[in-house]
Amino acid sequence: MADPILQVSGLSLRYQTRHGEVKAVEDVSFKLLPGQVMGLVGESGSGKTSVAISLMRLLPDNARVTGGQVLLDGRDLLSMGFEEVRSYRWHRISMIFQAAMNSLDPVYRVGDQILEAIETHNPELTKREAQERIAGLFQLVGLDPQLTQRYPHEYSGGMRQRAVIAMSLACQPDVVIADEPTTALDVIVQDRILRRLKEIQSDLNMSMVYITHDIAVVAEVTDRIGVMYAGKLVELGDTSDVFGSPIHPYTSALLSVFPSIRGPKRELVTLPGEPPNLIDPPAGCRFHPRCPYAIDACQTEDPPTVERGSHWAACWNPLPVQTGPQETSGPVSLEEQ
Amino acid sequence: MTVSSGLPDIPSAAGSPTPLVRVESLTKLFPMSRGLFRRPSAHIHAVDDVSFELFEGESFGLVGESGCGKTTIGKLLVKLMEPTGGRILFQDDRDTAGGQTLTDIVDTSGKDLKEFRRKAQMIFQDPYESMNPRRTIFDTIAEPLSVQGIGSPPERMDKVRDLLELVGLTPASTMLFRYPHELSGGQRQRVAIARALVVEPTFVVADEPTSMLDVSFSTSIMHLMSGLARQLGVTYLYITHDLAVARYMCQRIAVMYLGKIVELAETEELLSNPLHPYTRALLSAVPSPDPAHQRDPVNILGDVSAPVNPHPRCRFHDRCPMAAPQCYVESHPPMEDHGGGHLVACYRV
Ligand SMILES: Nc1ncnc2c1ncn2[C@@H]1O[C@H](COP(=O)(O)OP(=O)(O)OP(=O)(O)O)[C@@H](O)[C@H]1O
Ligand SMILES: Nc1ncnc2c1ncn2[C@@H]1O[C@H](COP(=O)(O)OP(=O)(O)OP(=O)(O)O)[C@@H](O)[C@H]1O
Ligand SMILES: [Mg+2]
Ligand SMILES: [Mg+2]
Repeated sequence: MADPILQVSGLSLRYQTRHGEVKAVEDVSFKLLPGQVMGLVGESGSGKTSVAISLMRLLPDNARVTGGQVLLDGRDLLSMGFEEVRSYRWHRISMIFQAAMNSLDPVYRVGDQILEAIETHNPELTKREAQERIAGLFQLVGLDPQLTQRYPHEYSGGMRQRAVIAMSLACQPDVVIADEPTTALDVIVQDRILRRLKEIQSDLNMSMVYITHDIAVVAEVTDRIGVMYAGKLVELGDTSDVFGSPIHPYTSALLSVFPSIRGPKRELVTLPGEPPNLIDPPAGCRFHPRCPYAIDACQTEDPPTVERGSHWAACWNPLPVQTGPQETSGPVSLEEQ
Repeated sequence: MTVSSGLPDIPSAAGSPTPLVRVESLTKLFPMSRGLFRRPSAHIHAVDDVSFELFEGESFGLVGESGCGKTTIGKLLVKLMEPTGGRILFQDDRDTAGGQTLTDIVDTSGKDLKEFRRKAQMIFQDPYESMNPRRTIFDTIAEPLSVQGIGSPPERMDKVRDLLELVGLTPASTMLFRYPHELSGGQRQRVAIARALVVEPTFVVADEPTSMLDVSFSTSIMHLMSGLARQLGVTYLYITHDLAVARYMCQRIAVMYLGKIVELAETEELLSNPLHPYTRALLSAVPSPDPAHQRDPVNILGDVSAPVNPHPRCRFHDRCPMAAPQCYVESHPPMEDHGGGHLVACYRV
């Protein structure tokens, strides 16, 4: 097996707020092989973006990494000097931000902003070559290259998001972290961009961490899936295995209930109980207050790792192995418990 | 947030069709930035001669290609922008004597405008853009209340807490005095929803309100919004790219392409019997949540085209797999009823 391009081990991150310390990421570990796409899923507020910005080392002032390593090609990004991190960012590892507006400066033309990134990291290119690369990237994301001359406020929401996708690819990085990159796109444009991304990714052997809440997109684009709940990675494995036979009750709930346009209209269920308070997270397994399978141990002790082939989860009372095709309406009805 | 139930079946809007809003030939052109293109007369036809009605208490879905004009329609309807042409008529509820009068919001001003600003709210597509980074979550949500002079400070606090709990930002006490940048993307989106609902509007433009939320949260938000529709008769213009969400939330759906509505029908009818070739392509592009499933390729030609000074012919002609010579020469096709209010603008159906 190839050496991983990215290896995250024991990553923990906290934010200071006036209400207390938010324990947003706790002991997260995973690795990414060259050319691999890993999906990162989990409910809103579970720490996905926090993991992503740690990998970029673009942390806000009130954030503190309390442990762990992020090895990119064997070098720890978290202990690198500031200048060195800067030379890695965009060039070796880039990010498509969840908030497109956060990465676009409203007072500069969109094309000039991308040009600047290319000029910094690929000084060997002439201005003309750089502009051609940008025009190519715009075409790739379905934007008219003339739009490079316009300002962000003249773009629609989805056009901005596509400009940011183009920007993340401008310096041909080894790893792209895509944080909900297609939330503002219609499915035709999304489909087209996901296909093109796949092509580029295999041409350049680029790896991706793909954060999304869209289970259908995860199923279509990822090789591996990591599931986060309340700051912890609770399950990780090959996409087909995780979908086929989830180990953790939370994963099963997450993957099994989704609205669909095909077939009869099914009832949608919400996860019962309150979302966890990350300032004072539950002891033991953080999911136990909402878990229909919780046993005594779950309330007090950290769950052990259950391994099944390519695939593991942290759970005291794992789901049985599923054989045969899974009923999509959901093996676990959290509602009935 | 603790209720774990599905959405109730949506009653058919055809039952009591009182129009709350009537949009007639709405048009919005944006001049292209100066000095970049030779012709100063170049315009982006963001919304181009669009007409429809919204019934009281209905959720009307607006879907379509990125950049086709959905947000622009939303902003026009809540008067955050002035149209280039056309009329936006709102039902005037001061007339209680049975008959209704419709008022063009373009002419609204003074006290009426202030009341309109309370009744008509917009949940913005980009929750990052629409929030002041220096205001706490409490101030962000309570601001429309203070602008409108509604409630005493303790009443406002109670109201904000209740709404935070309703949108799943719990415990509310750990959220109130944070700043927007101290929340996750989906949490911020829920603050935007709370802010729009706090003044008890009767009309809400919801622009991709749950695009960053997982199914569980987005289901409870849809539940909250359709509950308000039933209890208080709130009407929604629901903009989304997620057709599955539109299926659960909306009674009718309009499909837009480059500034035009090209198809409009009741939700199940549109999903099971799409007639316009763009709608068909759109439905076939919806990904499947099964890793083993292979979809057919999407039947649409070419790249996205830009709505700059478009030719008067069918906006979709150059991407249409069914285009005939007629589509290249005649003007953009009119909306025609193909039975039961299923409207389509296409020469080829
Ligand atoms: N700068 C910050 N200061 C304080 N708390 C923060 C900050 N950024 C995020 N948080 C909190 O940390 C937790 C994790 O946030 P994060 O943005 O990583 O979630 P997420 O999984 O990306 O969610 P979403 O899907 O909603 O974007 C949340 O509870 C959030 O409120
Ligand atoms: N202020 C503006 N100045 C110039 N052009 C604009 C402005 N706002 C929007 N446009 C243009 O108008 C068209 C419609 O934009 P709009 O934001 O309404 O699209 P949308 O349907 O909401 O797209 P999306 O799904 O990507 O959000 C786009 O071509 C956009 O570039
Ligand atoms: Mg996030
Ligand atoms: Mg929009």
